[in-house]
Amino acid sequence: MLAQQMVNGVLLGATYALFALGFTLIFGVLRVINLTYGFYFSAGAFIALYLTRVLGLNIVLALPLGTIAAGLVAVAMDSLLLPRLRHRRTAELDSLMVTLGAVLALYSIMTAWLGPDIRRFPPGTISADALEILGVRLTAAEGLILLASFVLVAALMALMKFTRLGLAIRALAEKPDAAGLMGINVPATSRIVSFLSGALAGAGGILIGLNFNAIQPYMGESMMLRGFVVIIVGGMGDSRGALVAGLALGIIEVLTAGYIDSGLKETVAFAILVVVLWTRPQGLFGRAVGQRA
Amino acid sequence: MTIPGWLDDFLWTYQTLIHDLGINGLLALAMYVVLAVGQLSLGQAAFMGLGAYSGALLSMKLHWPFALVLPASCVAPVLFALAIGVPTLRLSGVYLAIATIGLGEVLRSVYINWDYVGGALGLNGIPERAETWMIFSLLGVALLALFLVGRSRFGRAMEAMREDATAAAAMGINVRRYHLMALVTSAILAGLAGSLGAHEADFISPGEYGFEPAVTILSFALLGGIGNPAAPVAGAWFLTLLPEMMRDLPEIRLALNGAIIVLAVLFLPRGLFGWRMKRRAA
Repeated sequence: MLAQQMVNGVLLGATYALFALGFTLIFGVLRVINLTYGFYFSAGAFIALYLTRVLGLNIVLALPLGTIAAGLVAVAMDSLLLPRLRHRRTAELDSLMVTLGAVLALYSIMTAWLGPDIRRFPPGTISADALEILGVRLTAAEGLILLASFVLVAALMALMKFTRLGLAIRALAEKPDAAGLMGINVPATSRIVSFLSGALAGAGGILIGLNFNAIQPYMGESMMLRGFVVIIVGGMGDSRGALVAGLALGIIEVLTAGYIDSGLKETVAFAILVVVLWTRPQGLFGRAVGQRA
Repeated sequence: MTIPGWLDDFLWTYQTLIHDLGINGLLALAMYVVLAVGQLSLGQAAFMGLGAYSGALLSMKLHWPFALVLPASCVAPVLFALAIGVPTLRLSGVYLAIATIGLGEVLRSVYINWDYVGGALGLNGIPERAETWMIFSLLGVALLALFLVGRSRFGRAMEAMREDATAAAAMGINVRRYHLMALVTSAILAGLAGSLGAHEADFISPGEYGFEPAVTILSFALLGGIGNPAAPVAGAWFLTLLPEMMRDLPEIRLALNGAIIVLAVLFLPRGLFGWRMKRRAA
């Protein structure tokens, strides 16, 4: 029982971590709170739904294609909304507002277009077989979630650490002006960051859609609240923090739902948030950011 | 004498809208006082929810008269503001914004899971006691008070710390005390607005005090501007009236509302009504 719960927790946590990683990436590098980020999550799920339902693609193809498409949606939206704000003194606040307005508009257009109903992947999208090891069941969908999350996270980490592009992104996060002076193409690098974060959100949406087999326009919104908890607890802009806190949140939610009360899992998540704010406001891995000019 | 049904309907709708103008005006001022000292604190929806729930419970369970309920509705928001103020005021900018949104979500999930306050369904049958004159005289008093404060030396100090908190502190302004005072004032205004709203609508539910209202309140202030206290109220009225004019197009209403916020922030960084208050030279 406990082992099964732990596995389910890790599964949920892996998607939280994936989602929060993209959210924290775009905050850490571009210094914007991108509320449209939740929309990319919904967009990824809907694109994958379209690919499997209408074009009849296999999920193994639909997952990467949907991920890339969500990344492109993110590039288009972000380059429409964000560049104008970069040099404002209150860029963080303004980005919060602009992306809030945009996401309200995007969700309601999407709902008007596709309807608010819950949709499902066509039966047989993924085989219903399950693997049983030591009494722990793991379905094919769950296996795919674990594998995809692991591959995406590892690929992103490797990209950031070992490639010139990763170096450019880290330089941009550190000091945008200096990065520009060192010959880094700041607008292009920003677009790549948008793409990477949108792709992570989209992949998260597809995987959550597969896991619960329920897709609807506002699914990104409840995910955004989890994203907030994860990036504050982990430390804003810190990718290790996002991974650890995302996994921990998934496990804690599943254990709370399993052993205490499923209605309480959100309360527990936010209670952790409060405790972290109280004792360590910069998050578990964040650097101290007090009042400063 | 009987009023024809259509006229009754019309008046009823009209009255709700007028009440909303006043209540949203108070919320815009609650946002204004924290933005005026340079704090991006987004707890107003949470304060509003505490005011609404505590006010509704006092009316429904204890049957207090409204004249007592209204001031008492400020107690819970103020206590909450003091409790969160001390740890969160160490944060600034975007960290504070997200932290306060998170705290609001904690409260929302408490309401949802607490049967005494109606759980996810909320509270029904709150006595309708908020009168138009109460709402607008409170709004008038708050506006006048904030104008007077804005023109005094407090107003100067607030503007100084909004522009540069470090420099203001170096000039001998106790920045932390101002921040906490602003937060408490914000809690009082939002608590009043929440209680008035609850005693106006006869029904409240947790979803009214979550993330979206929090940012809607911010959009009132940003659309109007924060150069003077009348600007955020004007912004609130604009954003309250606008959807009303598009009642027949509910589907694109939210989309248009969102688009207006986007355009306003991108192209009108000082807000629609961005002039600054005049002051005599010191």
